[in-house]
Amino acid sequence: MIHLPVALVVIPLLGAAVCVLFRRSFIAWTVALAAAWSGFAISILIAVYIMKIGTLSYSIGGWPPPWGIAYHIDYLNSFVLLIVSGIAAVVMPYARTSVNYEIEEDSQAYFYCLLLICLAGLLGITVTGDAFNMYVFLELSSLSSYALIGMGKRRRALTAAYQYLVMGTIGATFLLIGIGLLYNLTGTLNIHDLAHQLAVNNIIGSHNRTLLTAFAFIIVGLSLKLALFPLHLWLPNAYTYAPSVATIFLASTATKVAVYMLLRFCFTILSGGFIFKLTLGKILLIPALAAILIASMVAIFQYDIKRMLAYSSVAQIGYMILGISLATPLGLSAGILHLFNHALMKGLLFMVMGAVNYRIGAVYLNDFRGLGRTMPWTMAAFVVGGMSLMGIPLTAGFISKWYLVQAALEKGWWPVAALILIGSLLAVIYIWRVVETAYFNPAQEMEAESSGEAPLSLLLPMWLLVLANIYFGIDSSIPVELAGRAATLLLGGAS
Amino acid sequence: MSTYVLIELAILIPACGALFIAASSRIPNLREGVTIATAASLLAVVAALYNRADLFTLPPIVLAQPLRGLELQLSAEPLGLLFAGIASLLWLITSVYTISYMRSNNESHHTRLYVCFAIALASTMGIAFSGNLITLFLFYESLTLSTYPLVTHKQDYDAIAGGRYYLGILISTSVGLLLPAIIWTWHATGTTTFNAGGILSGHIGNGGVIVLLLLYAFGIGKAALMPIHRWLPEAMVAPTPVSALLHAVAVVKAGVFCMVKVLLYVFGADMLLDCGGNNILVALAAFTIIAASLIALKQDNLKRRLAYSTVSQLSYITMAAAILTPLSVKGAVFHIAAHAFGKITLFFGAGAIYTAAHKTKVSELGGIGRRMPWTMGAFAVACLSMIGLPPAAGMLSKWFIMQGAFAADNLPVVGVLLLSTLLNASYFVPIVYTAFFKPDTTNHRHGEAPWPMVVALCATALLTVALFIWPQIPLNLAAQLPVKGG
Repeated sequence: MIHLPVALVVIPLLGAAVCVLFRRSFIAWTVALAAAWSGFAISILIAVYIMKIGTLSYSIGGWPPPWGIAYHIDYLNSFVLLIVSGIAAVVMPYARTSVNYEIEEDSQAYFYCLLLICLAGLLGITVTGDAFNMYVFLELSSLSSYALIGMGKRRRALTAAYQYLVMGTIGATFLLIGIGLLYNLTGTLNIHDLAHQLAVNNIIGSHNRTLLTAFAFIIVGLSLKLALFPLHLWLPNAYTYAPSVATIFLASTATKVAVYMLLRFCFTILSGGFIFKLTLGKILLIPALAAILIASMVAIFQYDIKRMLAYSSVAQIGYMILGISLATPLGLSAGILHLFNHALMKGLLFMVMGAVNYRIGAVYLNDFRGLGRTMPWTMAAFVVGGMSLMGIPLTAGFISKWYLVQAALEKGWWPVAALILIGSLLAVIYIWRVVETAYFNPAQEMEAESSGEAPLSLLLPMWLLVLANIYFGIDSSIPVELAGRAATLLLGGAS
Repeated sequence: MSTYVLIELAILIPACGALFIAASSRIPNLREGVTIATAASLLAVVAALYNRADLFTLPPIVLAQPLRGLELQLSAEPLGLLFAGIASLLWLITSVYTISYMRSNNESHHTRLYVCFAIALASTMGIAFSGNLITLFLFYESLTLSTYPLVTHKQDYDAIAGGRYYLGILISTSVGLLLPAIIWTWHATGTTTFNAGGILSGHIGNGGVIVLLLLYAFGIGKAALMPIHRWLPEAMVAPTPVSALLHAVAVVKAGVFCMVKVLLYVFGADMLLDCGGNNILVALAAFTIIAASLIALKQDNLKRRLAYSTVSQLSYITMAAAILTPLSVKGAVFHIAAHAFGKITLFFGAGAIYTAAHKTKVSELGGIGRRMPWTMGAFAVACLSMIGLPPAAGMLSKWFIMQGAFAADNLPVVGVLLLSTLLNASYFVPIVYTAFFKPDTTNHRHGEAPWPMVVALCATALLTVALFIWPQIPLNLAAQLPVKGG
């Protein structure tokens, strides 16, 4: 039990090394699969431990914090761990067929290696209790994701990766500057020690300028990484041109982990998120609402459906930030819950994109003509994912919407609640374009011979997520419980 | 069998029926047999429920609990039982009609149609037996989604455009207005469970009541209160049996059912009468009655004329319920049944004309009554019901609504009713007149539509008359509704 937290990071890192050593795509895939599944198993163990016993702390090399690096897991990280490792565990079985199709044979091993490094980075960010260590893992995951995106088939993948590299590096640098300023203030990097020092030395109470500057840097940096409108410009290109598997994985995990970092910095280090109550809540509310409205509207006019879903992701991130910006227990738990539900739905929708790409070779709106007939299971999955995105009851998306609207009403913010629902309606429009094309427009004659239902290896993981979307729409007790406890913990200050 | 099991069966039978229909898609006769058997067993279950003495006193069934304090509940009350009974009875008759219609008109995708029909009926049963607002919302949405493939059945440009209207209006009103109203209700009261006499009382101010009432009134788009009515005429691109069952019975009646249910079980009669909020709804409905009738006058396409007549007739129910006197609520409930039987006969008639003579316009119907005497005879009976003349059921509902309006001293409503009766007469009588007395212009030799269709439409016409002579069942059920002094 005691070494489990560090195993989460070590296993995928070692796996990545093994992938490169063997360079055989099948071995690399097997290793990646084993690493992802063991990561998920460990995350479940940790979650059970936390539910039963409580917060889990682990000091690397036996050096006690604040001197050594400590891993610190509470409800919040454990929840994010489940999301990240769970998605990785579902994506890996899917990856084999999709990667075979989209990536050349001799670079497949590197693809799996990068995917594992990215996974290690994301899991590392989530488990660590050390601010600088968090930055290191963030760079690890970011660098590997730049390369992952650059492996896309189309040449524009390279410019997309480069664009993300520039934006991501600026974000990471801002984060580093912020962490540096915090270190300057307190002399410590351990998150809980930071919180303690800031509280004990009355730095929070005195509205210290350095502290505010540090957080200005941190929040702008993280907003870049989590693609908060209008700092989202890298995201649509990156998601559109990346290989399908990379898109599925990054869309459902990377931005979520960045949101997690935002929560950790703003609520754990600053006990109870006082800057949210100060002004930040309102500052973040505006880009969040703008994301919901503008990105959804832009999504309506996209003809590349992967790009459309990418814009939809920007809008959905808006929902998460909206929930967080309310800074009430209900709002926070709605935002955290949406991390989970959005991972389920967007993972599913991008998996559908991967499957369509596998059969048709592209995912423009026109390519969906007649797919309702030739790929019935894939398109049914798209419909379920789409309904979840719209927030139709009995899908996971409804639960998030319900909590978000509740949280907005609790504050008496009627217009905000109305905007959330308008966002849902915009989602109806952009999803329905695809559904209508797939079911009502006849297939082109030329493509008739190449198309058919996606292979089972793509369908099974996809339908696992379909079932998850429906299951967590009917019985949401597990995520709601975890998200609720995480929110209480964050607002109650550092424990 | 316990009453609980019966309630669950009412939803499960059509849902499972859909699976069996899908499974038997390769053998058309078996598939149609399954459809009829499913419809018949559903009717039997609802009839059995009617005979349960303990039905309305049982605590609700909890199906699932997606969120803390938010349960999916099923329970039965008089109005829901009546709605379920009408829908299941007419489903059985429509099934006979549909099979004949689909085969004679060489329509495609039979299996999809029957499957979606069954799912739509399962959703309708869910609406009828839902125990709280959130369950109601769930089945309301699933009814919209399951009827979408039916509306767009032909898959041509018109069907897709009509489908866009249908889905766009119904989803946007339900998500944009009904859902906020439900969340608001939950936020104010902490519950969404239907309760005789209302749940909102004491939780919300007078201004709030009016805003919330408007949210519900326009959010329940299926009730087709103007200006949320455009989806109904647009949905007429569907094959006629679909229009008949879904757009004269299941979907639109689900709308007015929700409206009456919300008025009586969420707001409560006392509270609405105290603050006078119901008058706004009465005014909106009265406007819709007159305006839709005026539009109907101008329609030459038979199905569109019927659609606007539906819009107008639905508002009778909304208006009568909103007057909130015991008699007018009785009239509203009775009209749910009366209009269902009458309007389905009219649609069946339109479908029979289309099948036998391939005509869709009123102006083309000259002399058709002499070629299709049974069809047009039934059509004429249904027209009587729409106008409100004996011996058809529509007369009774108008009678009760009128009495309720007098009891509430609401003379403008009486005026609206009289005016709309005139309008009804002026757009229905010409159809019948043209059919029987205008000279026959067509060279096309044809007789009646295939016999199952004629039997079905005669059966519904007979039901319209029977309901006039034996109105006890709906009236008994209506008498058990929670209205002040009722």
